[in-house]
Amino acid sequence: MTSITRIHELLVSKKASAAEIAEQYVAAAERDNPEMKAYITITREAALSAARAVDEKIARGEELSPLAGVPFNMKDLISTAGVRTTCASKMLEDYVPFYDAAVWEALQTQDAVMVGKGNMDEFAMGSTNKTSYFGAPLNPRDKSRVPGGSSGGVAAAVAGGTAVYGIGSDTGGSIRQPAAYCGVVGLKPTYGAVSRYGLIAFASSLDQIGPITANVRDAAIVLDAISDKDSRDMTSRGTAKVADRLTGEVRGLKIGIAREFFENLPSEIENSVTASAKALENAGAQLVDVSFPMVRYGLPTYYILACAEASSNLGRYDGLRFGHRAEDFRNLEDFIRKTRSEGFGAEVKRRILLGTYVLSSGYYDAFYNKAQQLRRAISNDFAKLFGTVDCLLTPTTPSTALRFDARLSPVEMYMTDICTVPINIAGVPAISFPCGFDGEGLPIGAQLIGRKFDEATILNAALAFENATASEFLRPANGGVSL
Amino acid sequence: MKYEMVIGLETHVELSTKTKIFCGCTTQFGGEPNTHCCPICTGMPGTLPVLNKQAVRYAARAGAALHCNVQTRSIMARKHYVYPDLPKAYQVSQFDLPLCLGGYVDLSNGRRINLTRIHIEEDAGKLVHTRQGEMIDYNRGGVPLIEIVSEPDLRTTDEVLEYMEHLQTTLRSIGVSDCRMQEGSMRCDVNLSLRLPGATEFGIRSETKNLNSFTSIAAAIEYEYARQAEILGAGGVVEQETRGFSAETGETSSLRSKENSDDYRYFPEPDIIAVLLSEEEITAIREALPELPAAKLRRYVDELGLTPADAKLLTKYRAVSEYFESAQAGLSPKTAANFIITTMFAEITTEAEREHWNPSVSAQNLNELLGLSESGKINRATLKRVYAQMTQEQKPASAFITEEDTKSFGDGELAEICRRAVEENAKSVADYKSGKEKALKAIVGFVMRETKGRADAIKAEQEILRIIG
Repeated sequence: MTSITRIHELLVSKKASAAEIAEQYVAAAERDNPEMKAYITITREAALSAARAVDEKIARGEELSPLAGVPFNMKDLISTAGVRTTCASKMLEDYVPFYDAAVWEALQTQDAVMVGKGNMDEFAMGSTNKTSYFGAPLNPRDKSRVPGGSSGGVAAAVAGGTAVYGIGSDTGGSIRQPAAYCGVVGLKPTYGAVSRYGLIAFASSLDQIGPITANVRDAAIVLDAISDKDSRDMTSRGTAKVADRLTGEVRGLKIGIAREFFENLPSEIENSVTASAKALENAGAQLVDVSFPMVRYGLPTYYILACAEASSNLGRYDGLRFGHRAEDFRNLEDFIRKTRSEGFGAEVKRRILLGTYVLSSGYYDAFYNKAQQLRRAISNDFAKLFGTVDCLLTPTTPSTALRFDARLSPVEMYMTDICTVPINIAGVPAISFPCGFDGEGLPIGAQLIGRKFDEATILNAALAFENATASEFLRPANGGVSL
Repeated sequence: MKYEMVIGLETHVELSTKTKIFCGCTTQFGGEPNTHCCPICTGMPGTLPVLNKQAVRYAARAGAALHCNVQTRSIMARKHYVYPDLPKAYQVSQFDLPLCLGGYVDLSNGRRINLTRIHIEEDAGKLVHTRQGEMIDYNRGGVPLIEIVSEPDLRTTDEVLEYMEHLQTTLRSIGVSDCRMQEGSMRCDVNLSLRLPGATEFGIRSETKNLNSFTSIAAAIEYEYARQAEILGAGGVVEQETRGFSAETGETSSLRSKENSDDYRYFPEPDIIAVLLSEEEITAIREALPELPAAKLRRYVDELGLTPADAKLLTKYRAVSEYFESAQAGLSPKTAANFIITTMFAEITTEAEREHWNPSVSAQNLNELLGLSESGKINRATLKRVYAQMTQEQKPASAFITEEDTKSFGDGELAEICRRAVEENAKSVADYKSGKEKALKAIVGFVMRETKGRADAIKAEQEILRIIG
């Protein structure tokens, strides 16, 4: 894994040209992808042409933005005009947006170089990446393991060295869980920090775009590039710029440890996360035992709200204006039914059905309304905790990367999100960073949760951990580019 | 009538904002299909709505004009149904927390029709039948609408029509909608049930959707009365259902029964957090309301002494009432009212022209002209001639009035000419005396010819009659 700052140094010192760097990453992606499947679409020409533009800037002696010429992987649910955006679904296999998402616009003004569109779970629904219509990417740490989901391809590309960083989205853990499984850093910013304009919605009140990177400082750099108030997204507010304020200083920082997040964990994960807490304490932070009993309501609340919104957001895929179209049909109703039956995979259908059910008359109060009440209660509990501590430290996932052949029921699969969903429900920011390895050498992730619009605190604490452990958990996987 | 009708209306009115409710596309009616749309109003994946503040202010203004309680915080909600003209498969509307609550419309018979609510929502596109098959035009999709929901307080067709006319006149006068039923910018759903006079319980209702003219509304009500009365008369039970109306047959027919009705699965629109208006904004919207047509009509009758019929004609369109008020300044209100209604309205025949009342003679110029006539400086014939000239050339009356026109006829001079007229038209005098009333016109005509139209015909007639006894 090569960091954003390393690439920037190479370019500024003219040790390598942007075109050379882009060529290496694109070539590595093309070489690895048939097996690794981190990408759904590789955009060789666009990447090289963007890189050449960066080289021209260098030649003219212009100042480079931190992301200029740095190759990255963009999750395939962020709209890119002229480049198909599939959501890893048969439904959108050939869908080419004719407008750019706000984040893609922001990255283009930074002269970013997109290697291609990252593989993911279909419509971001899943925790393994096995629901992708284009086949599941492999975890570069162990090819028999899933990379996690739903931003699995993005995390796998960063860990596997075919992208320096990635842009993912996180609705219930979709950035942090694959980051943990792949041994990289994943940041879910505060809801509203990054514009969702152009992000193909799964659950609008929970979705948030964020970076997946090789280290903590890179996450701060990418966050600064993409966070902004956007007049096209009424829920966006932007957030304070953080990269220049990163000190890695945690003296006096109060870190809450809520025992409920540590229940029923494999001892390796519990030990690793506890050890990271100790490392932060040794660096000067104060550990505070706190309680967060609402954790157990996280999953039901999340699945009701997320599925309700998904059932609504996915209603537009009817084949009339874009996307998959059924060929053999009797009438309009039959056309729409067949289009949707053929175009969506099983997990998407399951969630549409669940969401339709919880919103239907007679069930609304029992499910959706109750979930909304729980959402308020969970948000209030976080707010209360943040009155006494500055952030919380928890494991990111209750297990390391699952084997591809692990047979889990849908509910067992949903359980892998138990530590991450409460964060989306409350809209607060959280970062997952590598904090250890299990007996099989698989990475373990720790999660720091912060106050709304206070990404700086959790990034600083994660950086403090990185410094205290001399980055020993940031190991590259096999394959890819190393510069 | 054997049964009493119980009617509640849901009226949809397009707001006349320049742009759509969630994007910057124009709201202009018509246009080549699918040229007034963008990724947002066609529901392309990843797009988000940005609520048009002007639409909220217009809706609040409508609420204020209809005496509603405008809410400081209301919530947009998604209403789900599947139809090709609805690209997101949900319509963004309002559900349990609408922008306006309550309100009322007072009818001329003294009855008050209460409003339940007014909420904001987006319009859908429309299906177009072509030779290639069914096509969709999204130009109208995303045009801001308000839905005005009445309580089931209406009892007769006349009340319904007056209620609709009241909404139309009021909303036009405050500039929030052109309320053109023929263009679909105003349309209504009629909820109607029957019960025996004196009954306190409501009967089972039908809902007839999308009526887009006063004629259709009246016809649908008459048809539904007859249909339901027949069912009840035969001891049957009316089915609760949604019905459509055909303007060609004048009949309603079942679209779907209650069992098959859509479950709209409303929930709060997560992309728009809340619709917020401060108390100050609401007060400002209330205070900025002009005199409303209903109040204006009362004032024209009570203070200006116009007949209710004339007052109604003059208050129906704001442009007309504004024109009337400046044209009548300093004169007898009836002078201007009569001239506008009899002379000027005769020149325009369509409602649209009255709505966009923009006569070639400015109100100031008409005021001057009518002033000259009222003070007797010019006579009726001159008034008529000068007015005709003014409609051709946009100049003040003075530009067309010659010295001749204003040369006053002393009573003596007029009496002299009249005497001559009687002498030189002996046959006409005789005819008149033998009962031919028309003969008098010939004698007056002589006077007018002699004076080149400068004499006042009425005065001349009086003088002639005095002479011939």
